[in-house]
Amino acid sequence: MRVLRLGWAYFRVIAANEFQYRVNLVLQLLNSGITLATGIVAISLVFTHTPDLSGWTREELLVVMGLHIAVGGLIGALVRPGMSQFMQEVEEGTFDLALTRPADSQLLVSIRAFRVWQLIDVIVGGLVVAYGATSIEGVGTGRLLAFLAAAAMGVIVLYCLWIMLATTAFRITRADSIFDMFDGMYQAGRWPVSIYPGWLRGTLTFVIPLAFAITVPAETLAARLGPGSLVLGLLVTVAVTALSRFVWLRSIRHYSGASA
Amino acid sequence: MSLLRYYVAEARNGLLHEFQYRVTAFIGLIGFLIEPVVYLAVWRSVAIAQGGAVGDYGLSDLTGYYIAWSLVRAMNLALNPYAWEWRIRGGRLNEFLIRPVHPFHRDFAFFAGQKPIWIVMALPLAAIMWLTFRPDLSFSPFGLLAFSIAIWFAFTMRHMVLFLLGSVNFWTTRTSALFELNVALELMLSGRLVPMSLMPEWVQRVSNFLPFRWTFQFPIEAVIGRLDNTQILFGLGVQVAWILGLTLLIRLVWGRAIKRYTAVGG
Repeated sequence: MRVLRLGWAYFRVIAANEFQYRVNLVLQLLNSGITLATGIVAISLVFTHTPDLSGWTREELLVVMGLHIAVGGLIGALVRPGMSQFMQEVEEGTFDLALTRPADSQLLVSIRAFRVWQLIDVIVGGLVVAYGATSIEGVGTGRLLAFLAAAAMGVIVLYCLWIMLATTAFRITRADSIFDMFDGMYQAGRWPVSIYPGWLRGTLTFVIPLAFAITVPAETLAARLGPGSLVLGLLVTVAVTALSRFVWLRSIRHYSGASA
Repeated sequence: MSLLRYYVAEARNGLLHEFQYRVTAFIGLIGFLIEPVVYLAVWRSVAIAQGGAVGDYGLSDLTGYYIAWSLVRAMNLALNPYAWEWRIRGGRLNEFLIRPVHPFHRDFAFFAGQKPIWIVMALPLAAIMWLTFRPDLSFSPFGLLAFSIAIWFAFTMRHMVLFLLGSVNFWTTRTSALFELNVALELMLSGRLVPMSLMPEWVQRVSNFLPFRWTFQFPIEAVIGRLDNTQILFGLGVQVAWILGLTLLIRLVWGRAIKRYTAVGG
């Protein structure tokens, strides 16, 4: 309950601040439009040369693309800004201040910053998923719920990954290139991981689990995966959440401060 | 002569910077270099589904294309136009303006100095791609020579285009949509997403008259043996023409832009 109250308090302050800059809404709409148009052109281009991509139809690829945009928007709005602020504070030595606050440090780092307008990507991506889903045969409430559950677990796993990546700031200080790495890897999630060579598929499943966040939910919607994979997904989510918490607590214990 | 000495010093600076933060540089590079693997995987899947070729590109050519792509990308990375927003908004441009050298030279030399280390780090990925897909390619000495010149021209052109885009920040700092549009256009019209011959005919025609394809596809095709010597010389000529044209444009724009700049502190 306290977590929700704290989250809501931060949300209100940051949202009020962002609503001052309404032109950013227009800019975000333009950016989302450009991302969407580029994605659609890429898919159309592929399908002018082939009727299906390793067994994936155009509609199924639209779901993958829509989910890629939506999850990217969610991470960009809610997770990345907090991690970015945290890493900058570690570099500049101002993180000590956050540690003195009477709340859990991981919680604080996670909720202190977000970008409201980036949530437009979630809406745009959601619409693309909806459009793709209506064109896939046999999609009912059950499959939709399974898809949403798989996507939610995927987002949680990506959040945990970000927490673990962010803690590298304690070791290499100038960790901003992690954003470049994540962005680059994230582009790979735009297509189903089954098309990649083994080493990249492995990386995208076990290291940067985009397979889990994007391909698996899309496969659930297209009924390529059974309920067993959801149970497995739940176990993985719990395990990764516990691991990231362990990594965070361990890193914070070894942090000795850089200023103050 | 003094400009040449400045270039050498600034390039050394750039190189040392990358050495100092080598883990950072390496992590960043991983992200950049996943991109060609993604495109290669997509287009190889299409080619395999079509019986081993897509358009006029066979599997070997496609693989060679994206291996060369990764080297060209490492070479033509230039200062992100968002950096200009950061500099102008925070008054950080001041330190560049008080130097007796145009800021263009500073960034150009700094990035040029980083290139050797970027290329060295990009080579293992090229090797992994080569070993994974084993393309059957042959290289001509002329193609290799042209490639080593064309990638520097490509870097110069791209740096100039991004410098001009960055200059827009002198008029407005809300430029993100413009930069994203530039990325999207480059993706479509440079051969970055896919070799241009797989694009519709009219897109290919348009791309001939824009700078993008001369900074990406041209060096790639020169080295993987898809261009004859005349086409290579023509391409190098086009690159030089673009560099001259962009130089004039930068002189014109910078003169006006800098008059608009005011800062406190910095």
